[in-house]
Amino acid sequence: MLNIKGLKVKLEEEDKQILKGVDLEVGAGQVHAIMGPNGSGKSTLSYVLSGRDGYEVTDGSAHMGDIDLLELEPEERAAAGLFLAFQYPVEIPGVGNMTFLRTAYNAQRKARGEDEVSAADFLKLVREKAKDLKIDAEMLKRPVNVGFSGGEKKRNEILQMAVLAPKMCILDETDSGLDVDAMKLVSDGVNALRDEGRSFLVITHYQRLLDHIVPDVVHIMADGRIVKTGGPELALEVEKNGYADLMDEVQ
Amino acid sequence: MALPKAKTDATEARLSGLSIPEGGAAWAREARQDALNRLTGMGLPYRRDEYWRFTNPAEFLARETPRAEIALDAPGFEETDVLRVVFTDGVFDAEASDDLSLEHLEIERFSEAVTKDIHWIKGLLGVLETAGQNRVDRPLATFNTAFAEDGIVLRATGKVSKPVHLDYRRSDDRAEAVLRHVVRVENGADLTLLESGVGAARLNTAMEVDIADRGGFHHVRMQGRDHERRAATHVFARLGEESTFKSFTLSLNGMMTRNEVIVTLKGDDAVAHVAGAALGDGRDFHHDDTVFITHDAVNCESRQVFKKVLRNGATGVFQGKILVEPGAQKTDGYQISQSLLLDEDANFLAKPELEIYADDVQCSHGSTSGAIDETALFYLKSRGIPEDKAQDLLVLAFVAEALAEIEDEDLAETLRLQLAGWLERRR
Repeated sequence: MLNIKGLKVKLEEEDKQILKGVDLEVGAGQVHAIMGPNGSGKSTLSYVLSGRDGYEVTDGSAHMGDIDLLELEPEERAAAGLFLAFQYPVEIPGVGNMTFLRTAYNAQRKARGEDEVSAADFLKLVREKAKDLKIDAEMLKRPVNVGFSGGEKKRNEILQMAVLAPKMCILDETDSGLDVDAMKLVSDGVNALRDEGRSFLVITHYQRLLDHIVPDVVHIMADGRIVKTGGPELALEVEKNGYADLMDEVQ
Repeated sequence: MALPKAKTDATEARLSGLSIPEGGAAWAREARQDALNRLTGMGLPYRRDEYWRFTNPAEFLARETPRAEIALDAPGFEETDVLRVVFTDGVFDAEASDDLSLEHLEIERFSEAVTKDIHWIKGLLGVLETAGQNRVDRPLATFNTAFAEDGIVLRATGKVSKPVHLDYRRSDDRAEAVLRHVVRVENGADLTLLESGVGAARLNTAMEVDIADRGGFHHVRMQGRDHERRAATHVFARLGEESTFKSFTLSLNGMMTRNEVIVTLKGDDAVAHVAGAALGDGRDFHHDDTVFITHDAVNCESRQVFKKVLRNGATGVFQGKILVEPGAQKTDGYQISQSLLLDEDANFLAKPELEIYADDVQCSHGSTSGAIDETALFYLKSRGIPEDKAQDLLVLAFVAEALAEIEDEDLAETLRLQLAGWLERRR
């Protein structure tokens, strides 16, 4: 599903190499976790994959299926089935959550040559998904993420994911700022979306999220590279001993 | 004080050969002659006037009426049930207008009202305009008092059931229009006035609105698609106790537009909201909102909310003032003026002013200009929304705060659709 080879990325504005050769392969239906200390390049990887400005790919490739992601605009990547759940979902005053979601949904359908969906049908679809995530209808009427609590913002990300039904989901520190209950709710939302045809890349600093969203594979990222790969037990090891021990071991 | 020679010369040149309209009643002739005298005394505006620092008045003053291509008539409030009053090339068009009758409303052509020996506008025509010359000269309004021949005269005596729509149309690419409207909203009455359309190659409108105690006046205006519009407009309002004045203008395109709104809160507990959104694309867009609000009573509220979206060398101007007279305690004055600059060529010039002579007041003002929020843009794109559409969404969101000032939701939606349509055509 996702195939990253030797990906090297620097900041556009300054001569700072962030990713120094990332190799990663996520199979269809798999859940991979990337863990790593702050500044290791985890979030940069998620931004580069989704096409945010400000980064320059100096080497390597990233494909989703046979699609060359790096060739596409962010909206084209989204229409092809890529989704990034933001670490800090953006507040957009003046744009209604529902308008935003419907515009996105129909834009993706249009890009794929499918018919647009009527407002009424769409409302039905969203209400159904929102109910599962315990998002009340009032939240849908409000401007995008404005005045939402940390937990509400993250649930809103998962709602968008559920509605847009992507093939490849990247969750960037979705657990940050969540209390235990909110984390459970968000995790249940993600787990409900797990599917043979859908893959996940879960980026997290802490192991606790992985108690709820159990990964198939865990990668440890440090200094712009993936330095270790293993099963779920690797996350537990990090939790127990911290990153420092692991770094020593790798070096 | 003697006027600078350049100003006197320019004024003489513009006024030579012009004379005040004939045939009015004695009081009307007097008001017009008085305006002409005042105009000669103050002179027409020129570039060195402080009040015209950001907007070159030359476009309004050329002797020859400029030619302006006749654009498609922008559809104006077609979905709204209105009493339609049409002016074609600045002249009342009875054929195209509805029958001028509506419950709780006296409605009459200005050109007829000024011929009557006894008429209620006698105490109003030129009076609010003259009072509105406080602190700064507004010679284009005085010009209007002196020379306007046509317009509409409205007197609301109760809650008027549907809006009056002034629909400006053109048939002549050199039409010059000088229109004068006079409005009186009686005690407890309520009136909504809509304005839209292309009007003239060069348009000068002035409106005097006198709102009695507990009266309400709602004004919603669209300045539409005519690129070559040169329009100088003035609205003068005087508010009685517990009365309400709300005015909103949506301006799209227009090479030279100056909209002045001058409000005096005369009765206690009155409320005045003046708002607008202007969207301009190209070097030939220049839009100026000039607002002057005087608080001259206790416990009044005023709000100014102006948004501008500019690109490709377009220029937006905002001059807004709140004057709080001695004794106008418990004043609540608010003013915000913001621009969204879609590229580096766009210009926004703002001059917010407060002048306060009372000690128990609350006044705030803010002015910002900024680019589109790149993080928000990326967020929208990452969800599959193409760049142009994502930008439109953010532009609409930016303008939403101003549109929210329109009380009637259907009218607000009408304007929002106009705006969305303009954005789509402009991609």
